[in-house]
Amino acid sequence: MPDVRAGLALRLSLALLALLSIAAAACASEESGQPSASQSGSDELTIYSGRGESLVGPLIERFEEISGINVRIRYAGTAELASAILEEGDRSRADVFYSQDAGALAALAEGEVLRRLPDDVVASVAPELADASGRWVATSGRARVLIVSTERVPNPPDSVFDLVNEEWRGRVGWAPTNASFQAFVTAMRQIHGEDTTEQWLRSMLANDVVEFPRNSPIVQAVGDGEIDVGLVNHYYLFRFLADDPEFPAANHFTDPGAAGGLVNVAGVAVLKSSRNSENALKFVRFLLSQEGQSYFREQTSEYPVISEIDARPALVPLAELNPPSLALTSLSDLEGTIELLRDAGVLP
Amino acid sequence: MSILSGTVELPSRLRFSIPAVWILALAVAGAACIPLVYLIVRAATADADDWSRVLSGSTLRLLTNTASLTAAVTVTCAAIALPIAFLTERTNLPLAGFWRSITIVPLAIPSYVGAFAFIIALGPNGSLQDLLEPLGVQQIPEIYGFFGSWLTITLFTFPYLLIVVRAGLRDIDPSIEEAARSLGQSAWGAFWRVTVPQLRVPIATGSLLVALYTISEFGAVSFMQYETFTWAVYLRLTSAFDLSGAAVLSLVLVGLVAFVLLIDWSQRRRARYHRLGSGAARRPRLVRLGRWRWPALAALSLLVIIALAVPIAVLFHWLSVGLGYGETFPGLWSAALKSVYVSALAGGVTVAVAMPIAIVVIRRPGFLSRLIDRVSYVGYALPGVVVAFALVFFALRTMPVIYQTLITLIFAYTVLFLPQAIAGLRTSLVRIQPGLEEASRSLSRGPWQTFCHVTLPLITPGVLAGFALVFLTTMKELPATVILAPIEFDTLATTLWGHTEEAFFARAAAAALLLLACAALPMFLLFGSDRELRT
Repeated sequence: MPDVRAGLALRLSLALLALLSIAAAACASEESGQPSASQSGSDELTIYSGRGESLVGPLIERFEEISGINVRIRYAGTAELASAILEEGDRSRADVFYSQDAGALAALAEGEVLRRLPDDVVASVAPELADASGRWVATSGRARVLIVSTERVPNPPDSVFDLVNEEWRGRVGWAPTNASFQAFVTAMRQIHGEDTTEQWLRSMLANDVVEFPRNSPIVQAVGDGEIDVGLVNHYYLFRFLADDPEFPAANHFTDPGAAGGLVNVAGVAVLKSSRNSENALKFVRFLLSQEGQSYFREQTSEYPVISEIDARPALVPLAELNPPSLALTSLSDLEGTIELLRDAGVLP
Repeated sequence: MSILSGTVELPSRLRFSIPAVWILALAVAGAACIPLVYLIVRAATADADDWSRVLSGSTLRLLTNTASLTAAVTVTCAAIALPIAFLTERTNLPLAGFWRSITIVPLAIPSYVGAFAFIIALGPNGSLQDLLEPLGVQQIPEIYGFFGSWLTITLFTFPYLLIVVRAGLRDIDPSIEEAARSLGQSAWGAFWRVTVPQLRVPIATGSLLVALYTISEFGAVSFMQYETFTWAVYLRLTSAFDLSGAAVLSLVLVGLVAFVLLIDWSQRRRARYHRLGSGAARRPRLVRLGRWRWPALAALSLLVIIALAVPIAVLFHWLSVGLGYGETFPGLWSAALKSVYVSALAGGVTVAVAMPIAIVVIRRPGFLSRLIDRVSYVGYALPGVVVAFALVFFALRTMPVIYQTLITLIFAYTVLFLPQAIAGLRTSLVRIQPGLEEASRSLSRGPWQTFCHVTLPLITPGVLAGFALVFLTTMKELPATVILAPIEFDTLATTLWGHTEEAFFARAAAAALLLLACAALPMFLLFGSDRELRT
């Protein structure tokens, strides 16, 4: 039977519920007023960003500052946002899609939701760093490298294919669950074929490659002397060097023109459905401006994509890295890569 | 008559008697069907490739993987949750209130955080291996794949079962056990022969919650690289941006879910679980543990160490490393407020809309009410991203003005977590004698008054359990939140995810710890000193 306390608890919970519903209604009506206002305003811009706030937040703030445009930004996974834009179709709320990789941009281009960018914007980067029809453009790049110990590896290998030699037994680290590693394997499948790639993966396992959950512990392990060589992206080293300028490791570029030197890019596109396409274009131009490009070089340690700004010293220039046969947009064939990694016994 | 026959007030000419509760229940069930309708519409645009992929051998592997993981997790969760429920409710376990609360807190750890922490601690080159290496242990079992997924999901979902079983255990009339004792049964005999059979509904309900959550789980299986259906759906989206293909795969998943629901349906027998006679429900006599309290405490401590202390230790480690570098944590408090706000809102709304379904399921057993009940599970068992896209589809086509507002977001949470609220409610509702409600109606109280003054006070434990379940699950929800939340509405879960993705682990750890604190506090308030909460 209900006692006094239960009655009290009931009244409390009912009151709470009522309060919450009122708050919800109030909040919702306030929120729902905003989109229509923002779409008609000329100083607004909505960005769906697959690049995270920690990486690009300061850059967005700077853009707001110099352009006077009020940016509203949704951060989420690149693939989720690209799929969401495809699902939204011509009703999308986004003006700009800022992507972590070229595959998602290509999917949107194929879904015919992207607007053609002006020729001068596309022409500011090398042809292989933009869509052939000018619907998206790369904004920064990242390279696959070998991180090698400066103390124990006087003669780093010239190719990732050399890592299967007896000399490197138990001295190499990789992170097979990492997305960048998997993109690198996808590139290897494309450039060198399925059989060669599977053979390489099996030989690496047979050569006692050391498995890590992520990239940064690989760099740490090279510094600590646990391993001598690791397969990572180029920018991790700069994070370690920022904390410890004496950090005993260096980036080593292998076999330019082969998968070992893969460059992947982040890029940007403007949506067809955008009602603020002028502002959207201003944002694209800002990312490709000297200021935007310097930000990538200095703050995220990535490759700039315009010719006016050089890569950091000790990096092989972008133009010398990717083989012309490699289509950046096809690096998203993750399903095929994961199946291969499974078949080779790299993944469970 | 019971509360179910309230009529809709219409002009007398048009008056006909459809019980209001049925209308409400059908409306909610209709809303719960939105993801299913979306999948069918999307799958209709799929090409031959999408269908032939489904018929290929990989689907069989996905089925086996998903089914074996689901079965293993469910059985293990039951094996963990039942003893804890008994220990914390029916014995003189020291610090019972503390254990009661702390054993629910693992639910607040997002599985992707837990998985990540376990990989750091137990994975290749992890802390455990470093500890064991001097002892000559070179290789510890592979964490990736089935083992890691099973471990992670079990440790962070057993509280679903625990909350539901405990609410059920609390509502059982101890006089039945006492009758068994007086007829010569030992304490254990009475427990196994009388109490456990009475817990059939809570156990079945809680197991179903765990099983279907496992099927839809993404965070842990993706970190552990274990190929389940949900992961395959994500891969189809992220690898091929193929919405139709993902829908086709999801429909196969719906088939699997339907199979699980059918098993559950056939397991539930028609039975009454409420008392018929008069007499006041009393507190049960507590079992004296005696020297058994030590193994009990040891087991509980071990569980809490693995499920809570290990992840928290990893988080604190990252936090301290970050603090050493002078890391700052912008926007955390506002994210915490938003998280608590939407989660409480989702909890309240979901429990409210679950009420009509729970009532028809318990009070009007029959084909239609069972069907409504089963349908409510669809959103819960589907990958979160699919439910999110279903609402993108529907909101933009029907009411674009609510798209990416709190209304759509709360709606999504309701579709996703409806069964949790229903589970909480039904375990309490099933114990209430309809006679009480009928007496109220016979004393000329209306259906609504009867509900407020008789039914609701009696099912307070169920209301609280349902609220707690939805609140905790919403706190850590990710895929629907990132797509459907109002723009720049950053919650702890989205903040945490963003920082993890970019390897800013100190910031991620701060967000995760705050999320844990925000989730744990209400649990201590609700369950900590809860002898009072009994009706």
